[in-house]
Amino acid sequence: MGLDWGLIVRSLPALGQGAVTTLTLTVISISLGLVLGTVIGLMRLARIWMVGAVASAYVWFFRGTPLLIQLFLIYYAMPPLLGITLDRWQAGIIALSLNSAAYIAEIVRAGIQSIDVGQTEAAQALGLTKFQTAWFIILPQAFRRIIPPLGNEFILLLKDSSLVSVIALEELLRAGQLIVTRTFKPVEIYALIAIIYLIMTSAISVLVTFTERWLRVETRGDQRRTRGARGVARAGAP
Amino acid sequence: MRRGLIVLLLTLALVVSAAGAAAAQTLRVGVNAAFPPFEYIDDETGEYVGFDMALIREMAARMGMEVEIINTAWDGIIPGLLAGHYDVIISAMTITNERAQAVDFSDPYFATGQVIVVHAGDDSIQTPADLAGKVVAVQIGTTGHFAAERIEGVASVDHYQFAPEAFLALKTGRADAVVVDELVAIQEIRANPGELKVVGQPFTVEYYGIALRKGREDLLRAINRALAQVRADGTYDELYRTWILGE
Repeated sequence: MGLDWGLIVRSLPALGQGAVTTLTLTVISISLGLVLGTVIGLMRLARIWMVGAVASAYVWFFRGTPLLIQLFLIYYAMPPLLGITLDRWQAGIIALSLNSAAYIAEIVRAGIQSIDVGQTEAAQALGLTKFQTAWFIILPQAFRRIIPPLGNEFILLLKDSSLVSVIALEELLRAGQLIVTRTFKPVEIYALIAIIYLIMTSAISVLVTFTERWLRVETRGDQRRTRGARGVARAGAP
Repeated sequence: MRRGLIVLLLTLALVVSAAGAAAAQTLRVGVNAAFPPFEYIDDETGEYVGFDMALIREMAARMGMEVEIINTAWDGIIPGLLAGHYDVIISAMTITNERAQAVDFSDPYFATGQVIVVHAGDDSIQTPADLAGKVVAVQIGTTGHFAAERIEGVASVDHYQFAPEAFLALKTGRADAVVVDELVAIQEIRANPGELKVVGQPFTVEYYGIALRKGREDLLRAINRALAQVRADGTYDELYRTWILGE
């Protein structure tokens, strides 16, 4: 079976348009999801049990039901139930943000809990307030640890965003399906779509790696300074 | 020793060819079973039913074959046939030039057309030209989808995976109209009376055909012969009354 290269070239503009939609949708949703997810992750660690319970219920629901159904309910069930009519973009962004927030909340919670309790004790021993401890000691360390799983979530969301085609939003996969319905050549089109997704996910991976390295360099600098100081101290000793 | 081996090989060959012959007796039928009254899954029995399903079973019986129904997504139904997942498609598929380039079609077995469906209280849309500036919901890859895209000035043609979702989009105010096969529209309105209505007469004429991979002349001839038989002996009219007229 020969590949239809002409079809591949002709399909690129439509698929490019779809890729822009996919990327826009994902970047907006992961940003909103990051803000909401951080809040919910912190809520899960709250001392007040009601706050923790609300956050747990949120994660329980949005992680425990399929994104496809969440999309469907937000798009179709909201108008009759709440009288709110969202357009496709709004419904898509809301569903993807709410869904990713549930996963990000767990990433944030786990990241914070992974910081040794000795850090908190040491900070308090130095007389730092609870807020100072969280803001200057715990969160910067936790942030460094959650970068890799956040990158994972970003990539997963990019691929999951293809589900918004059920509400007739023409993202990358749907743009390809529309071409297949006319040409009946799924091999060329789906292979091309896979490559476009790979390009986008690779870009995210690079972004994540750079962020990690940037943060690590900062850390290493700190360590070097510390080591240097220690060396001076040792040299000065008789 | 050697003779034993030959006997063994011969036995194997017999078993394999017998299995092959048995498999040839099965007509594997690809269908997108979400398109009443032509093909859908019965709520109570869970069986594949509808006009197309009854027709293909009657035809297969005359061809001396068993029917195996393979339910598949509409947007992958022709690629699935080309990949050999089934032998034929009977799924309210209109014979079009585009499709005929990829597959062979049997003689037409049904005539229909596309209609416009709107809210029961909407009198602003009377003809396809009135769809200018409107949002039209369609099922992806259907002739309704292609017909809607040929109408000039339509604000947006929204593609849904299934016909019921396109109707849902209309009912929830996401779209101003649905363009769909006449009988599917009638079925939808019968199921949910008072909400939607069909505007006027069909604005296209289309014929449904059974699709096969190209180069299967023997099967194509057998299918056309069986189709002629069920038409001639009154079976077709009986099926039409049961499934289309709902008698």
